[in-house]
Amino acid sequence: MTARGVVLLALLLAAAPAAGQVASFAVTGDAIAAPLEGRVGNAARGAAVVRNRETANCLICHSIPDATERFMGEVGPPLAGVGARLTPGQIRLRLVDPTLLNPAAAMPAYHRVDGLANVDPRWRGRPVLSAQEIEDVVAYLATLGD
Amino acid sequence: MIRAAAGFALLACATLAGAAEIRPSRDYLSPELRAQQDDPSRHPGWLWVEEGEALWRRGARSCASCHGDIAGMRGVSARYPTVAADGALLNLEGRIERCRTEHQGEAAFGYESEPLLSLTAAIAQRSRGLPVSVATDGPAAAFLEEGRRLFGMRQGQLNLSCGQCHDDNAGRRLRGDVISNGLPTGYPAYRLEWNTLGSLHRRLRACSLGVRAEQFPLGSPEYLALELLLAARANGQPVEAPGLRR
Ligand code: HEC
Ligand code: HEC
Repeated sequence: MTARGVVLLALLLAAAPAAGQVASFAVTGDAIAAPLEGRVGNAARGAAVVRNRETANCLICHSIPDATERFMGEVGPPLAGVGARLTPGQIRLRLVDPTLLNPAAAMPAYHRVDGLANVDPRWRGRPVLSAQEIEDVVAYLATLGD
Repeated sequence: MIRAAAGFALLACATLAGAAEIRPSRDYLSPELRAQQDDPSRHPGWLWVEEGEALWRRGARSCASCHGDIAGMRGVSARYPTVAADGALLNLEGRIERCRTEHQGEAAFGYESEPLLSLTAAIAQRSRGLPVSVATDGPAAAFLEEGRRLFGMRQGQLNLSCGQCHDDNAGRRLRGDVISNGLPTGYPAYRLEWNTLGSLHRRLRACSLGVRAEQFPLGSPEYLALELLLAARANGQPVEAPGLRR
């Protein structure tokens, strides 16, 4: 590798969050009961994550009960009432990696890096959402009751 | 060997027929876009068709000097991609580039260049309305199989296969888009988001990016194999090129 290549690689590594950035977790039934890394979620931040079109982009597939949001997707079920249908632990599992529940799931795994093919080099080795962001989204979805 | 290939082709057809129903891409367009796609006076893609027809006749060793009037190209694009005598899988762009370098003795235009887009649009337009009829057997079978593998494979950080959107969720909204069956019939297409005409491979790069997967180069073996699989899915569906897309 050329010196320039080494510098570039070093920069890339520095720009990406450190490796091993996926929290470990335990699955019980269809849930991950414990918050990732024991973090406390913030519902307001979670609402912003869900709406963010650059990162999570949940609304490309889902709708939320908010009449001001335009062009919401219908690939996944509406998220209205999800906090009443599912426990926080069940929501957490579905965000972290829905294929743990259903291998054919269409919903992306938001906190997983292993076993993915052809990942864009810019995202390789990085989960879509950090452990804190997952907890924020869980906190927000839990507020979407009946 | 040939029997095995034929048997495989039959199996492949059965799989395609058994999959989700394939509908023409125009069925998924908004009524306004569909009407505009049908009306050359309101379809900016026609600027490329006209430029391509002019290019067809230009120069001493013009395309017309070998092929005659471009009207003779009727039905040609419906049979692409196809495997050339030397075993290479060629799409329409690849065929034009070969004529350019081997018969005209000129430098290749390059993928996504204006002259290549124009010629592709002008030739494809001559097949508008005709059913796609690509060969899927014989030398095409191995390429088709590679295309099918890529189409069915989950890719990217978002871990989605082409089929999870274009088979399983066709007709549903993904943000502002209605997901179609992902057919190649409208390409090259004028896309409002691009503000210009673009190739099928440019569209495929957008889908790869959408799932945060590695984008293959325009004209790459991966996208060529996918193009053949997409055309096989579209067999019998009408050519719509030049398409009009949001
Ligand atoms: C590419 C489409 C897609 C995206 C993007 C997506 N989802 Fe989903 N989601 C689905 C689908 C489809 C399901 C149904 C299960 C399955 O097949 O994966 C689902 C299921 C769910 C469920 C379970 C709902 C229930 O009632 O059982 C939750 C919660 C959820 N998604 C939240 C989210 C959040 C939050 C985001 C963004 C961080 C997101 N989804 C992004 C497609 C998507
Ligand atoms: C997350 C969903 C999703 C995935 C995965 C996806 N696409 Fe698409 N694709 C779309 C959307 C949305 C459009 C624009 C609307 C349409 O025409 O379907 C589109 C458009 C297309 C088109 C153009 C159709 C037209 O008539 O304009 C083709 C061809 C296509 N996709 C092929 C593919 C292939 C091949 C793959 C896999 C490498 C793929 N797509 C993966 C969502 C997706």
